[in-house]
Amino acid sequence: MSTAGAFFQSVSSDSPPRPRQKFCGVFCPVEGSADGKTLDALSACRGGGRVIDRQTDISQRRKVEIRESTGKEALQNLDDKRSDRLLIKGAKIVNDDQSFCADVYMEDGVIKQIGENLIVPGGVKTIDAHGRMLMPGGIDVHTRFQMPDRGMTAADDFYQGTKAALAGGTTMILDHVLPEPGVSLLSAFEQWREWADSKACCDYSLHIDITEWHKGIQEEMETLVKDHGVNSFLVYLAYKDIFQLTDAQVYEVFSVIRDLGAIAQVHAENGDIVAEEQRRILEQGITGPEGHVLSHPEEVEAEAVNRSVTVANQTNCPLYVTKVMSKSAADVIAQARKKGTVVYGEPITASLGTDGSHYWSKNWAKAAAYVTSPPLSPDPTTPDYLNSLLSCGDLQVTGSAHCPFNTAQRAVGKDDFTLIPEGVNGTEERMSIIWDKCVVTGKMDENQFVAVTSTNAAKIFNLYPRKGRIAVGSDADLVLWDPDVTKIISAKSHNSTVEYNIFEGTEVRGGPLVVISQGKIILEEGNLHVTEGSGRFVARKPFPDYVYKRIKARSRLAELRGVPRGLYDGPVCEVSVTPKTMTPVSSAKTSPAKQPSQPVRNLHQSGFSLSGAQVDDNIPRRNTQRIVAPPGGRANITSLG
Amino acid sequence: MAERRGDRHRPDDELPVYLARPGAADQASRQKHGGLFCRVRDAFESKTIDFDALSVGQRGSRTQRTGPEERKSPAVGRQGGKDMRTCGVQQNMEDEKSDRLLIKGGRIVNDDQSFHADIYMEDGLIKQIGDNLIVPGGVKTIEANGKMVIPGGIDIHTHFQMPYRGTTTVDDFAQGSKAALAGGTTMIVDHVIPEPGTSLMEAYDQWRQWADEKACCDYSLHVDITHWNDSVKQEVDSLIKDKGVNSFQVYMAYKDYYQLSNSQLYEIFTFLAEKGGIVQVHAENGEIIAEEQARMLQMGITGPEGHVLSRPEELEAEAVFRAVTIASQTNCPLYVTRVMSKSAADIISQARKKGNVVFGEPITASLGTDGTHYWSKNWAKAAAFVTSPPLSPDPTTPDYLNTLLASGDLSVTGSAHCTFSVAQKAIGKDDFTQIPEGVNGVEERMALIWDKAVTTGKMDENMFVAITSTNAAKILNLYPRKGRIAVGSDADLIIWDTDSVRTITAKTHNSAAEYNIFEGMELRGAPLVVICQGKIVLEDGKLQVTSGAGRFIPCSPFPDFAYKRVKARKQLAVLRAVPRGMYDGPVSEFSMSRGGTPSASARTSPTKQPVRNLHQSGFSLTGNPAACGPPTPDEVPIRPAGRRIVVPPGGRSNITSLS
Repeated sequence: MSTAGAFFQSVSSDSPPRPRQKFCGVFCPVEGSADGKTLDALSACRGGGRVIDRQTDISQRRKVEIRESTGKEALQNLDDKRSDRLLIKGAKIVNDDQSFCADVYMEDGVIKQIGENLIVPGGVKTIDAHGRMLMPGGIDVHTRFQMPDRGMTAADDFYQGTKAALAGGTTMILDHVLPEPGVSLLSAFEQWREWADSKACCDYSLHIDITEWHKGIQEEMETLVKDHGVNSFLVYLAYKDIFQLTDAQVYEVFSVIRDLGAIAQVHAENGDIVAEEQRRILEQGITGPEGHVLSHPEEVEAEAVNRSVTVANQTNCPLYVTKVMSKSAADVIAQARKKGTVVYGEPITASLGTDGSHYWSKNWAKAAAYVTSPPLSPDPTTPDYLNSLLSCGDLQVTGSAHCPFNTAQRAVGKDDFTLIPEGVNGTEERMSIIWDKCVVTGKMDENQFVAVTSTNAAKIFNLYPRKGRIAVGSDADLVLWDPDVTKIISAKSHNSTVEYNIFEGTEVRGGPLVVISQGKIILEEGNLHVTEGSGRFVARKPFPDYVYKRIKARSRLAELRGVPRGLYDGPVCEVSVTPKTMTPVSSAKTSPAKQPSQPVRNLHQSGFSLSGAQVDDNIPRRNTQRIVAPPGGRANITSLG
Repeated sequence: MAERRGDRHRPDDELPVYLARPGAADQASRQKHGGLFCRVRDAFESKTIDFDALSVGQRGSRTQRTGPEERKSPAVGRQGGKDMRTCGVQQNMEDEKSDRLLIKGGRIVNDDQSFHADIYMEDGLIKQIGDNLIVPGGVKTIEANGKMVIPGGIDIHTHFQMPYRGTTTVDDFAQGSKAALAGGTTMIVDHVIPEPGTSLMEAYDQWRQWADEKACCDYSLHVDITHWNDSVKQEVDSLIKDKGVNSFQVYMAYKDYYQLSNSQLYEIFTFLAEKGGIVQVHAENGEIIAEEQARMLQMGITGPEGHVLSRPEELEAEAVFRAVTIASQTNCPLYVTRVMSKSAADIISQARKKGNVVFGEPITASLGTDGTHYWSKNWAKAAAFVTSPPLSPDPTTPDYLNTLLASGDLSVTGSAHCTFSVAQKAIGKDDFTQIPEGVNGVEERMALIWDKAVTTGKMDENMFVAITSTNAAKILNLYPRKGRIAVGSDADLIIWDTDSVRTITAKTHNSAAEYNIFEGMELRGAPLVVICQGKIVLEDGKLQVTSGAGRFIPCSPFPDFAYKRVKARKQLAVLRAVPRGMYDGPVSEFSMSRGGTPSASARTSPTKQPVRNLHQSGFSLTGNPAACGPPTPDEVPIRPAGRRIVVPPGGRSNITSLS
């Protein structure tokens, strides 16, 4: 999009480049001093004076300075120019646990040193941060770039999408692979890899959506986890007859996911009720986008969240609820966490920044731009509420669910809201919106901001501390954050290709000043320099500690035991032939989880048997044979008392 | 009357043992009180009842009252002493069997208030309430001595004579209703369970036949909907209109058997909301239960403990939550049967706080005992506790449920009385999933709640009446005929003895089952006299029941208690579309492969059939709808897209312009 840099221009015109002063003087002594290298993070965190310094700096509207190497260091600069060496001086480093002042030196896309008075080779590019906040780059845990939908493709492909992400301070995205039912997970995965590898401008990783369930899927999931660096799978409780799985299937998927050490993600809406409501609403003659929100009431979302929490509890599987859009869904998550369930909630930019009142806009195209599932809540207090829960830790991560369609694509549903392709923008606005709604208002501090925009995501998806933290050895994905910059979000200046921005006209305070991805400066002074295809796929390992430590402890405790009893020797009633077939799982034939030949050993399986027969024998069990001589002798089990 | 307490414990007889002996000499002593009457007859002032002055806001009862009065004794005037007397004379000429009964000196306890008054009943109806009543001579008089007189209990959930795989539960309607009467319950509401695939109407007739033959007390019926299609829908309609059934139960458990899908639930709820029925729901997530059961059996757990392990409390709460959601979407009153766990009760009370019309029914078992017995070494004992949802192993559950009952978050109590003999339970001796489900409780219900809730001070006697009787009558639309002591109401009364203490045991109970899940529990409070249809059925510990005396009581739809709110909401819930101009911009091409959610049940679901499938879009840029659409039934008309609003109100606007 040609308007790409526009809003940055406006930013820089706001604070024109000319008052930039040379701060060389600050630098020179550093180069000379040879002590106290790499960082003692804790002791480095003494801040009072510095903070005051920073504030005065800001009042002067000082710009960050980026200095190219001077001739003097030419000697050391023997390497290829392209090995990106970068030094950020005088920044306040903000991690999720603490903030401290230090310099950061990175090389080859990795942070090499942190501390004061670093010894760095000559010829490094230096950024003087003047005490501004340096944070780990944002991780957008939920994007759907280039998503195919009925022959159309989401308007932002991996290039446009990641470019928008970088412009907003997000240096890594996790995209969803959505295999059409009937298509193999692996081939869909390869397809997405191909698209992303050729186009993505920042690092990425992939979630896989499970859109159907059979034996083959389970094997593919294993392969994906073991060989392809995927550790999260999404199941749908909505989209009846397309993606939706039954409760029994969800149970089985969750069991498999737990055994594989992955994260179960869930799109939580009761698809059955939604389908009924859609029919009812259409019957009433409501065909516009307002029908979308009317047919997806908030309760239906909360119900599905509650159900998936229940299934996750039963299967002892960690749960991750994508797109928390309503107060009641968030409440269910908060309650479940209080009861001890391992569950994470992901509100998205849209639910944190705007509400569903726009569905009633007279402008069809505008109303349609808000269509996503679950829908934005018409309750205008929702964003504030979700931001509060995000601040107190009841919700943990934020995504954008960026999946915009342009108006022509939306118009497919111009006469029937159920056909409107779903998805909103938000990857570019995510960091700023949260900063504006949470940090500026005092709901959270900058550390919590880092946690919800980056660190928690890295922990949940096992990317930590490579991503989500500024530490030696971590990837050089950084954002130099300017808490004072103000901008007005508009479709005219955003990086997405769509005509509407759902945050149109929202004024947000706080934005990235410099964005560094893979050790390269991507955004400086409002100029975005992205390289198509430079994004790497980041493989993720299973069993993230952050999630699975508790799960493992619980599965050790959760062993169940039968009660040893004597043989029943009383009369038994005759049973007629029509059996009360309550038990046999209907999906047993197709269900992979129930196959005896499980590659992963089922730890729930108890081998306890007094007859010496083991469960692994795989012989049909005959119950009457089990306990011939029970411990404590044979009891007459029909006796009273 | 105090001496009776001791006698009741004498376990010397095999039949309704604990009620057997004491009163051989008693009948004679009764007659003495005739003397009291004469005086009354002469007193002409302050006759009948100033009942309306006593109780506020029961207009409903007044209108209802006139019906039976006109039918039976037109002469009964509200204050007319003379009429009274003549009427008395007339009626004296009738058969002596017309049961005339006077209860003197009782304290009448309704759900709203308690007061001292005498009650005169005739022909199974309460005719007069008040001090110094004028009654005909020769009536039998019961001296209540200040004891409480309460409306007979209504057990809103029983399964008497329920067929199960070729056998039936051991308590048939005679045995079951006898046990009910012994415990102070004068009306039961049984569940008709048609086998999936069979006609609801036939099952209903079958149950009616069984009950009419045998029931000793009045009864009514719920009908369970075990499958759903067009003909079931019609049957439900005619059951409501012609057969006096207003409550229908659906199952969210028993996968592949009774269980209905969410879409079917939605349709049933919508339909019943329209017809004024009450939706009852057996709330458990059957899909997950099936998975858990398979897992338990795989782990080698085959005993009754597997039953509770495979049906964790959460699954009950989840299903309640889902049912509440669907009910709220469809604006239908919801009734959750068998609230067995704290978390399920919590969901109900939360939903009530949010304004949903939902009623919760804890049962005797969940109020009185807990699920620790599933681990009993005695298989038969453990199996006796098997019911669904299971009793919670959390021992604080009964107390918690009693508290919610007292606070009004739970509304009614049933027993879910459905007893099987040990031999029947033993069908599942090697596989807990085969154990027939059901516990006893119809006899113990009133005393147990009194003991757990009233003697502990959780609730007062009025609340006790509300949750054991009045609320149930209101939900079933039988109020004030049942569930209240008022002129014109049925003469179903209990004189309640708050001091009696007895120990529950299978040796003395009236059920035919070998085990009593409350075995050994000592309960304070018991019925002293039970009057059903104006006849004394329990007196001095002696039970005199007549098999077949029970009448079917038809329930009419749209009970005010549930539907007043629902109706008001319906008026508000009208949705409106936004009038917009035509979209005139470009439209992308798309394929229908991921279409707009046509529901799966479209073929089988009755509510869908006559309605046009509006999900089907005929939209196509190629001009050939069939080319891009999925294979569709030919009869579905394709709606031409883009033709809807030709001249929109407010004129045409360019809807693609920004803001």
